Amino acid sequence: MSNERFKNPITESAPVRWALIAAVLAFLALFVLTPLVIVFTEAFSKGWEEYILALQEPDAVKAIRLTLLVAAIAVPANLLFGLAASWAIAKFEFRGKSFLITLIDLPFSVSPVISGLVYVLLFGANSVLGPILKSHGLQIVFAVPGIVLATIFVTFPFVARELIPLMQDQGTGDEEAAISLGANGWQAFWYVTVPNIKWALLYGVLLCNARAMGEFGAVSVVSGHIRGLTNTMPLHVEILYNDYNVVGAFAVASLLALLALLTLVLRTILETRYGSELSAGQKH
Amino acid sequence: MEIRVEKIRKEFDLYPALHDVSLKIESGELIALLGPSGSGKTTLLRLIAGLEQPTQGRIFFGNEDASYRSVQERNVGFVFQHYALFRHMSVLDNVAFGLKVRPKGQRPPKAEIRRRALELLEMVQLNGLEKRFPSQLSGGQRQRVALARAMAIEPKVLLLDEPFGALDAKVRKELRRWLRDFHDRTGHTTVFVTHDQEEALELADRVVVMSQGKIEQVGSSDDVYDRPNSPFVFSFIGESASLPVKVEGGVVHFHGAPTGLTAQRDGEARLFFRPQDVSLIEEGPGMTGPVTSSRRLAGTRIAEIELGSPEKPCHVEVEVPLEASASNGSILSFRPTRWKLFY
Ligand SMILES: Nc1ncnc2c1ncn2[C@@H]1O[C@H](COP(=O)(O)OP(=O)(O)O)[C@@H](O)[C@H]1O
Ligand SMILES: [Mg+2]
Repeated sequence: MSNERFKNPITESAPVRWALIAAVLAFLALFVLTPLVIVFTEAFSKGWEEYILALQEPDAVKAIRLTLLVAAIAVPANLLFGLAASWAIAKFEFRGKSFLITLIDLPFSVSPVISGLVYVLLFGANSVLGPILKSHGLQIVFAVPGIVLATIFVTFPFVARELIPLMQDQGTGDEEAAISLGANGWQAFWYVTVPNIKWALLYGVLLCNARAMGEFGAVSVVSGHIRGLTNTMPLHVEILYNDYNVVGAFAVASLLALLALLTLVLRTILETRYGSELSAGQKH
Repeated sequence: MEIRVEKIRKEFDLYPALHDVSLKIESGELIALLGPSGSGKTTLLRLIAGLEQPTQGRIFFGNEDASYRSVQERNVGFVFQHYALFRHMSVLDNVAFGLKVRPKGQRPPKAEIRRRALELLEMVQLNGLEKRFPSQLSGGQRQRVALARAMAIEPKVLLLDEPFGALDAKVRKELRRWLRDFHDRTGHTTVFVTHDQEEALELADRVVVMSQGKIEQVGSSDDVYDRPNSPFVFSFIGESASLPVKVEGGVVHFHGAPTGLTAQRDGEARLFFRPQDVSLIEEGPGMTGPVTSSRRLAGTRIAEIELGSPEKPCHVEVEVPLEASASNGSILSFRPTRWKLFY
């Protein structure tokens, strides 16, 4: 910037630069900022009290609780699954490894609605398993277990996808060093593997959590929309909106928006502070 | 501790990386595994450490069969090629790791662990650097941290994979001498891997020359340099020249002409000699050809001579006295003074 006469070969001229930046900003304002602002202005359109009341409404509280419950099950489950899968893929050689990697990506390529339908076909009343489940008094579809299963399915690639490239990059050298120094498998994992991947793991968990709480499609299919029972926050927002309860809908939506903002901030912090330790995970 | 490797075979996906390797390493010895890349040096070292399982064969530590003992039970100090330091731990924590992970009954108290780790750092001359992280150290310092870390578990055997491979030439030479001193002071049985013959010859009590998953020769530096037992060892260690020859009636012939060398056994063979082991001759049988290039090498001159027919020339390098005229095109005759035939 200092030497005006020296032109950096990969830098465009100033007007082009400004035009590009302006275009990006306008785009972001239109598609990201405006909706965000609308969510909050609508939520507060009748004042603070209405906002608080809307969030204290029993069905809303139940939806929030259910969402937290689902995330509290799905995220740890996928944390464990993601760790196990990336450990196996990165540290061992076995047949069908590339097939397993493809399989992990499956939820990204399948429409969430389809994944939800699969669960309905598998566990619903008219399915093969339906009568068996019924005779044992187990209700999966149109109940909490179905929602949890669908959420786990939709969110399982997040942690694994962050960890696999990083762990492949790191290889098994550190673990071998640890066991040659007398550490057992658990100690090697806990003292060496986990610290090497902790930031990528946290990053993956954040993304997984944001998606788990916000998932609509798959959950919508398996939930059955029973108010106060099987409605998660995104589903509840839809119901309230269809009931013309604008403040209620946007109040709940504002919580989801806050979650998104929080995730974004944490992501940014992680990326700026531990970018190098995440880097292998960012290459995909 | 004495180590015996008995008829070890190691296959990776059915492709053998080691065939039938046997080796006896004496207690307190400093031994080098020397060979080109891919010859199986690292594999042999990892088998001794227990980081790989042999497909066949056994490994003894002293009189005990250690073949099926786990890495942890073997208690060997292993220094990895790229050190494999724990990047999120300080130098002190790296060195203390082996003591910290001991089972409860055998684990020294915290203060003792710290004291021992500091002592080890002093031994490798890294006092004052204990709070640093591996990324804040130079290559040579990392190398010594790796060594101190391996020593912390009080191993009886020290295994080092290309310990100087990643260092620049000067640091390499310093550390080489340092490792020799260190070995003499501590008296560990030490095995190190290298592809650098100078390093192996200078440092080791005995050198194990490996090629394509086999041991070619085991011996002192003098043995492998002066008495190589195979064409591979002859050409791998030091400079050498080789020529296809035929022994007829006890006389070695090259390109149909007698060379003035004699041998017991008739037949086709390859003649090996070193550039410095030749004498220039004025007359009599020998090898004669034009000089194709020459270069000055410190106190001597090396001349490349073209032998054989112009259609199928053989080029050999020989050392010539500085005062000899060895300009391009001049004709030189020579005869090897020390040489070996491989049939
Ligand atoms: N984990 C492995 N999987 C498959 N092949 C291997 C493995 N480790 C070594 N090899 C093969 O075994 C041979 C010997 O390798 P190595 O012992 O590393 O040689 P060096 O250390 O002498 O360079 C090589 O051909 C190498 O490709
Ligand atoms: Mg090697």
